[in-house]
Amino acid sequence: MTSPSSHEKPRCFQDVILRLQNHWAKSGCAILQPYDMEVGAGTFHPATTLRSLGPRPWAAAYVQPSRRPTDGRYGENPNRLQHYYQYQVIIKPSPPDLQELYLDSLRAIGLDPMAHDVRFVEDDWESPTLGAWGLGWEVWCDGMEVSQFTYFQQVAGYDCHPVSGELTYGLERLAMYVLGVEHVMDMPFNDPDSPIPLTYGDIFMQAEREYSRWNFDIADTDMLFQHFKDAEAECERIVSASEADGAGRNILMAQPAYDQAIKASHLFNLLDARGVISVTERADYIRRVRALTKKCADLFMQTPLGQAAE
Amino acid sequence: MPDLLIELFSEEIPARMQARAREDLKKLVTDGLVEAGLTYASAGAFSTPRRLALSVDGLTDASKAVKEERKGPRTDAPEKALEGFLRSTGLSKDQLEVRDEKKGQVYFAVVEKPGRPAAEIVAEVLETTIRNFPWPKSMRWGSGTLRWVRPLHSILCILTDEAGAQVVPLEVDGIQSGDSTCGHRFMAPDAFSVTNFDDYAAKLRRAKVMLDPAEREAAIAQEAANLAFARGWEIVEDKGLLTEVAGLVEWPVPLMGAIEERFLALPPEVLQTSMKEHQKFFSARNPKTGRIEGYVTVANIEAADDGQMILAGNQRVLAARLSDGLFFWENDLREAKAGMSDWAEGLKSVTFHNKLGSQADRVARIAALAREIAPLVGADPDQAARAAQLSKLDLRSDMVGEFPELQGVMGRYYALAAGEPEAVADAARDHYSPLGPSDDVPSAPVSVAVALADKIDTLTGFWAIDEKPTGSKDPFALRRAALGVIRLVLGSGGRWHMRDSLWAHIMHQKGVLFWFAEHLDEQGAIVDKENGDENEGRSLAQVILSAVDSGSISERTGVEALSAMEQRLDADNVQEREKIERARASIGQASDLLSFLHDRLKVYLRDQGIRHDIIDAVLAQPGNDDLVLVVNRATALNDMLKTEDGQNLTQGLKRASNILAQAEEKDGVEYSFGADPKFAETEEERALFAALDTAEPAIKAAVASEDFPAAMSAIAALRAPIDAFFDAVQVNTDNQIVRRNRLNLLSRIRAAGREIADFTKVEG
Repeated sequence: MTSPSSHEKPRCFQDVILRLQNHWAKSGCAILQPYDMEVGAGTFHPATTLRSLGPRPWAAAYVQPSRRPTDGRYGENPNRLQHYYQYQVIIKPSPPDLQELYLDSLRAIGLDPMAHDVRFVEDDWESPTLGAWGLGWEVWCDGMEVSQFTYFQQVAGYDCHPVSGELTYGLERLAMYVLGVEHVMDMPFNDPDSPIPLTYGDIFMQAEREYSRWNFDIADTDMLFQHFKDAEAECERIVSASEADGAGRNILMAQPAYDQAIKASHLFNLLDARGVISVTERADYIRRVRALTKKCADLFMQTPLGQAAE
Repeated sequence: MPDLLIELFSEEIPARMQARAREDLKKLVTDGLVEAGLTYASAGAFSTPRRLALSVDGLTDASKAVKEERKGPRTDAPEKALEGFLRSTGLSKDQLEVRDEKKGQVYFAVVEKPGRPAAEIVAEVLETTIRNFPWPKSMRWGSGTLRWVRPLHSILCILTDEAGAQVVPLEVDGIQSGDSTCGHRFMAPDAFSVTNFDDYAAKLRRAKVMLDPAEREAAIAQEAANLAFARGWEIVEDKGLLTEVAGLVEWPVPLMGAIEERFLALPPEVLQTSMKEHQKFFSARNPKTGRIEGYVTVANIEAADDGQMILAGNQRVLAARLSDGLFFWENDLREAKAGMSDWAEGLKSVTFHNKLGSQADRVARIAALAREIAPLVGADPDQAARAAQLSKLDLRSDMVGEFPELQGVMGRYYALAAGEPEAVADAARDHYSPLGPSDDVPSAPVSVAVALADKIDTLTGFWAIDEKPTGSKDPFALRRAALGVIRLVLGSGGRWHMRDSLWAHIMHQKGVLFWFAEHLDEQGAIVDKENGDENEGRSLAQVILSAVDSGSISERTGVEALSAMEQRLDADNVQEREKIERARASIGQASDLLSFLHDRLKVYLRDQGIRHDIIDAVLAQPGNDDLVLVVNRATALNDMLKTEDGQNLTQGLKRASNILAQAEEKDGVEYSFGADPKFAETEEERALFAALDTAEPAIKAAVASEDFPAAMSAIAALRAPIDAFFDAVQVNTDNQIVRRNRLNLLSRIRAAGREIADFTKVEG
């Protein structure tokens, strides 16, 4: 049961996050922390990409800062940011009551489905760089998309068995709606009655301006191209390293290899924002990142985590 | 006579899949039941976002017992044959009967299949149906292996007769059938059990679920109209949206809102598209202002505040969307007023097809073509070319970037903003038409010219790179483009011999047109050099027109010119030889494209009630690349063949042709002239001579002036004399002079027919 206080509306951004954390903790998820690398979406976190592979049960929830360089608007657009937060839930096998658990999470942040119009509208998900796809919906609340709800069918080319259920909330947009805020930068981040009240803009406005400029105009593209190649090469090198470490240990290194794939993916996004990748090249870069992800997944499947628990 | 009720309850089924799923459920189950020996009186299928339901009335209790007999091998057949028979029947040798047949003793397998109760059959059929359901996309979930469109939660399956309802027991992937279901996800989530279809539908209604999609559609349409009426507005009809929205709700609650004043400056198409695509809103029009001023959104819940919060939320999302729209619109208008040169520049970097260049290349080609076609359809060539140059610019606008379906529509607004005349702006909008076979065809001359140029560029381009449609594969919608060409040409009545023009454009697509024209220039074939410019300075249209006019570009002269060029070439001039090959290949591609257009024309005319053999007969005539001429001829011929005279005349013409063909084959000569009335032996022969003397000039004159009805009545006048001739006269007589004369007379009949069509191709 939710506590009486939670029926009151959240008053700030972090309250929305905390309530989601509580809800999914109570629902049995391990509450993880963000992955410490630049990613475009919560799905890239190894807790989703890698852990959705193989037979082992899994349940995790976490906030993931996400970077989409092309979405930068110098902090001026009320809804668009190059850096924002996603809330990600991943449960394998997907429980039969996942929709109900999800609706409870909306109730927890003050969206009562009896007073709002909550709808599951067809939206199939596909990630070309991860070689992944799934079926599900975008969830609408009063005509606004508040979450993605996906049953993973394939990741890195592997059929998912069991199937993971994945939920992704765009936190800023959701919180703005719950809090009735028109511009993201005006949103209270902590309690507005705190001794030092902070808005989203207090924390991120300057960063949005700086990163927008860097993403679009300044980032050294030669260096980024080189880094892309480096990440690609390092990934290949890790994947092809022998299992024996010379001291009698046998260790395959799927996760360090996957870090390099993440890096390559983000470098590609930066290059894309700089406008130096042509339409035809685009497809090729995506293919190269997908090839890396695939190799990492192949390796992960050979590690203990990719196999049934003993 | 029990009734069957099935409900498959799942997570939300995509709206676009529901109609097909209802049909499939009904067909698969009822076909399965019938195949297993049951009969039924009627069946109906229903769907909501969360359930597929089927009601089958008047089902038989059980299938009848059947006795099946199969004849096997003879008793003295090899052992192998018997073994095979036993295997296929599943019987042992002592279970077989031996019967005496004419040819000896033969084994018979007699299998008695007892009748099976309906429940057993239903369980089997339903399980098979669920496991093999043809969803366009299906998925697995949890740890299961079953595939369904989204996770399947429960199966309701009951048979109801006078004694009451019985659950039909079955289990699919761990889901046990039962007699219960749930109501609305939020308003009535509890489970309840049902006893028959009426009970089911009534209890669902109490649980805030309208089962029948048609009822939901009607309820939405009615309530939306009422809401609009109260404000003096009217709903913009949209059947597709209505069906989709009815598939998104179990309990439709339409709510009406007004669009904020600041967004009303947006073109109505933008408002409508944005609201429909992003939010599935219906548009409400104010008939007094003609503007879209409001909307109806359909909620899935009766909220305590009568939907005020829901409406406010939707309004907020709409405002955010329309703010984007307004931003795009204002940006785009600024660019349009500045002349759209950035957009024109931008088209250079948009690939149309990697073998056919950029959108800018394509626009240049279309403009040249439009200029060429303009005089044929009564358009001003400068306007047509200008409209073509503008036609794709809106692809670079923010608005079309956001809503690709507004291409053309926005093009018109931006052209007007740029100060272009209405005719040019309209063409920028209408040049994509017609898209589908039932779309309106533009009639304004400038629009027709650009629309034709657009489609002919597409066709010649893909023919030039050998990307023709095959079978069901037509990724570039070339059949649609060809039908568009046909409808545009016929609609405008434009007279155009397109064969040579198609060839010239295919050469242009292959990059050899200017080269070819230059060579012809060297030969003095093209005299049009008055501008004194280099070829680069001359427009494509000038090159094509002068070449076509002077007859330099026609299949025959083209082939000759190419051969002549080849002979003059040094043996090692590989580059030039390669160009010659490309130009030569264009000839074949052009005739192939023309045949493709003819095929589409046949399909088109068949739908208009003109038989394909009639079209074949007409297409065999010269001038078949002028589609208006072809259709006029075919229509006149079609009309004549409906008359008795026409029918008999055809017989007579065919008979004459056949006799001639046989004689020519036998004698090795062609009978074509020299028939002389003085060798006529009978009155009938002389009458035919006289009739031909009258008819021939009449037919010729009528055909020359393209008065095909007149040509048809002139030739129809030959029917009686020809019939009389064949009744009275034996063509192949022993007297060789008379025979030759008669054959030559027949050749006059054949020639008269050929003026009009190739009658040998007419059936019957």
